[in-house]
Amino acid sequence: MTDPAKNYVEGATGPWEIVIGMEVHAQLQSQSKLFSGASTTFGAEPNSQVSFVDAAFPGMLPVINGKCIELAVRTGLGLKAEINLHSVFDRKNYFYPDLPSGYQISQFLQPVVGKGKLVIDLPDGSAREVGITRLHLEQDAGKSLHDQSPNLTFIDLNRSGVALMEIVSEPDLRSAEEAGAYLKKLRAIVRYLGTCDGNMEEGSMRADVNVSVRKPGQPFGTRCEIKNVNSIRFVQQAVEYESRRQIDIIEGGGKISQETRLFDTGKGVTRSMRSKEEAHDYRYFPDPDLLPLELDAAWVEELRRNLPELPDDKKARFISQYGLSPYDAGVLVAEQESAHFFETVAKGRDAKMVSNWITGDFFAALNKSGQSLQDFVIDAEKLGGLLDVIADGTVSNSLGKQVFAAMLESGKDAMAVIDEKGLRQVTDTGAIDKAIDAILAANADKLAEYRSGKDKLFGFFVGQVMKAMGGKANPAALNDLLRKKLAP
Amino acid sequence: MDGFTIAGARDRLTKGDLSARELTQTAIKAMEAARPLNAMITETADKALDMADAADARRKSGEAGLLNGIPLAIKDLFCTEGVLTTAASHILDGFHPPYESTVTANLWKAGAVMLGKANLDEFAMGSSNETSFYGPVKSPWRRRDDNAGLVPGGSSGGSAAAVASGFALGATGTDTGGSIRQPAGFTGIVGIKPTYGRCSRWGIVAFASSLDQAGPMTRTVRDAAIMLRAMAGFDAKDSTSVEAPVPDYEAALGQSLKGLRIGIPKEYRVDNMPAEIETLWQQGIAWLRDAGAEIVDITLPHTKYALPTYYIVAPAEASSNLARYDGVRFGLRVPGKDLTDTYERTRAEGFGAEVRRRIMVGTYVLSAGYYDAYYLKAQKVRTLILRDFEEAFGKVDAILTPTAPSTAFAVGAKTNDPVEMYLNDVFTVPVNLAGLPGMSVPAGLGSDGLPLGLQLIGKAFDESTLFRVGEAIERAANFTARPEKWWEAAR
Repeated sequence: MTDPAKNYVEGATGPWEIVIGMEVHAQLQSQSKLFSGASTTFGAEPNSQVSFVDAAFPGMLPVINGKCIELAVRTGLGLKAEINLHSVFDRKNYFYPDLPSGYQISQFLQPVVGKGKLVIDLPDGSAREVGITRLHLEQDAGKSLHDQSPNLTFIDLNRSGVALMEIVSEPDLRSAEEAGAYLKKLRAIVRYLGTCDGNMEEGSMRADVNVSVRKPGQPFGTRCEIKNVNSIRFVQQAVEYESRRQIDIIEGGGKISQETRLFDTGKGVTRSMRSKEEAHDYRYFPDPDLLPLELDAAWVEELRRNLPELPDDKKARFISQYGLSPYDAGVLVAEQESAHFFETVAKGRDAKMVSNWITGDFFAALNKSGQSLQDFVIDAEKLGGLLDVIADGTVSNSLGKQVFAAMLESGKDAMAVIDEKGLRQVTDTGAIDKAIDAILAANADKLAEYRSGKDKLFGFFVGQVMKAMGGKANPAALNDLLRKKLAP
Repeated sequence: MDGFTIAGARDRLTKGDLSARELTQTAIKAMEAARPLNAMITETADKALDMADAADARRKSGEAGLLNGIPLAIKDLFCTEGVLTTAASHILDGFHPPYESTVTANLWKAGAVMLGKANLDEFAMGSSNETSFYGPVKSPWRRRDDNAGLVPGGSSGGSAAAVASGFALGATGTDTGGSIRQPAGFTGIVGIKPTYGRCSRWGIVAFASSLDQAGPMTRTVRDAAIMLRAMAGFDAKDSTSVEAPVPDYEAALGQSLKGLRIGIPKEYRVDNMPAEIETLWQQGIAWLRDAGAEIVDITLPHTKYALPTYYIVAPAEASSNLARYDGVRFGLRVPGKDLTDTYERTRAEGFGAEVRRRIMVGTYVLSAGYYDAYYLKAQKVRTLILRDFEEAFGKVDAILTPTAPSTAFAVGAKTNDPVEMYLNDVFTVPVNLAGLPGMSVPAGLGSDGLPLGLQLIGKAFDESTLFRVGEAIERAANFTARPEKWWEAAR
């Protein structure tokens, strides 16, 4: 457990604690919708993926998509949560044109997944457990398009009925940073499980962020819910802004009123959407068109057995098996692809060196390229080849960086670059000797200073020789020979 | 069409001394003659003749189904592909479904012929067929020496009138609280509400999803057995439909009642129930005893809570089911100054008074602060009612009760008192709440010359026993009365 005080923010009246709970809507990676056979592909022509069920035509009935249940249960298992073998679908009633039936089918009192937990990784290398309250299944609504015509609103029902998981956390998060870490970990878990693609920019994951503030040790304050925030950065900005807003109000003698707010991404501020008094009465009741969902315990166990290794377990294994630092292990397991990439390269190589390279120069170059790991010019085999020639002394580590840069440009493998540019490391003592002699001769004054006790100049001579040899001298051999020459 | 039954027509069609086209032509003529009854919202004579020709062709090639060439009326709550479907509501103006309900699709697969879409109470909400946007249906029956127009019962009033007046050999009905059995009782025909889940609800405009069930309305018990077999069956498109084999119900007919135990619930007597209904009930008991059944007194102690429970559960579900009629995608739209105004105008103009009343009641009982006291309590009582029946069915094989507490009443007699109207369903709603099969069989005439029905209630998925016992009542009652065809003169 980290020290809570380190998250406190200063107000005019002293420190404040921010309390955050998250409700994340994650779209399931199913081919068809939660209760109809219509497709869920992103970006299709408006209203091209709408069945009569999705459009709520008279007499149409929902039929549960078994794949969605499986994905939700797998996610629940990934969150180490209780799986409820009996759960119920309810109707949440309200009128809106992009909700054709006038109700959303959701799970209210009896969700399919109960209490679970999620470990967030913080930048200082520490980790903290956050409670998961529940996970339930529900339908997405359609989309109202207000910008297509000056006086008409258009409706696109492609999303109508698409399966969402709503994943609700306990109010356990204490800073914008933790809120971001929570989303990152949740995204990693659903991606590992293949239950949600986690693409926030396409709307596959959206967060409702509940924020309140309190003096340390006091009961929870009144919370405001910021709806539908669609990136990790925006979530963090929204928390920063909203907590400061609330602190300012309270310190100014005001009171927080419970309300729903929107985050204006352009201005970076939250704005009131509707107050508690204006809140809908959703008139939840069990959907009589659907029977309660009964799961077979053996089936759930089967899913549990077949879960992939999840980020936390993988991180622990990377630490113990490869001797990595918790921080590096955390960076590597953040995406399943990068963890896999690391293990591929690390096979038969010095894992720490591999980790340093991947989390250092390699990721820097990858991020700069904007490409995915899969499409990147340097694959596992090429990176491995480079690390091999560094390890066997063909090139030095610093020369290796030059080779890497050349590989990025040409896409060639390390040996080809080395041969082409003549970068092969010189271990021939005769050549190094010659270079040392030349440098010492050219720097007689420095040599004299060194001899009179200025030891630091050793590094100067190493640098000069290396420079003269185009960086190709074997560093160990150079050190060795230079020391002998300088010996009194 | 007089004297025709589905079974009788089937035999003549099989023999070949009658063609489907001839039968359908006769039915169409009779349907047109019966227009003063206002039994049909849409007549589909051309389609009927095409379907009859197709039936004749199938007969020739040896592919005749269970109902090949049999002309039927379809309650206008069933979606029929390309044919106006209204639910008797203004709000569905111009709605031509691009799909066919499972039940009607099953009927057409069995070779049946559609005469048209039968009138009903708006969204099946009513017990007299007076809430239809298309006007009330008049019962073919009149009181002895009295020309006052009577109601055929509801909500399947058009279906009942179509069968009772003689132009349709059978009709589909739906029954949420008695909407098949009460009009069947009022018009002297047979109507069965099967077990919940026996017939698919897919493509039937929903009223109260946990109660709605389709069933046949026919002149005889045998006809109902034939027709239900064609309608019923598991449907993957309806999650509440049950995967149970559909037996040959006709095979159950004629079996002895020896060894069968028939329960008589003491709670099915209400205040002001006419003595002749009690008398008829006793008569029914005597018939069954004579036929070899054992009569057992039973108790269904929560019966008195059934009606209030029903009038919480059904409107609650309806208030949600009817939210989709918003003027956005189909049916009526009354433009307003903004979205909310358009919703309000469309729904105020599109729904009739009874539908609006039930939407408001249903919205109220589901509201925050009232849910526990009304909806949740009603669900608990519903469980108790089901338990009453389960206990009773530990002792008996079927239950005999009256169908309704009165004979048909005059048009307009109860329209100003909804509670009085709701009381008509007092014997039928417990069956829907418990999801059990129930059948009304004509058993006699009241002192006013109007038909009276007896209701049989069976175990879940044991419709066969109902047909078997129902036919015994039919035989004993020898109910042959038919309404005089005053409407032919009225044209």
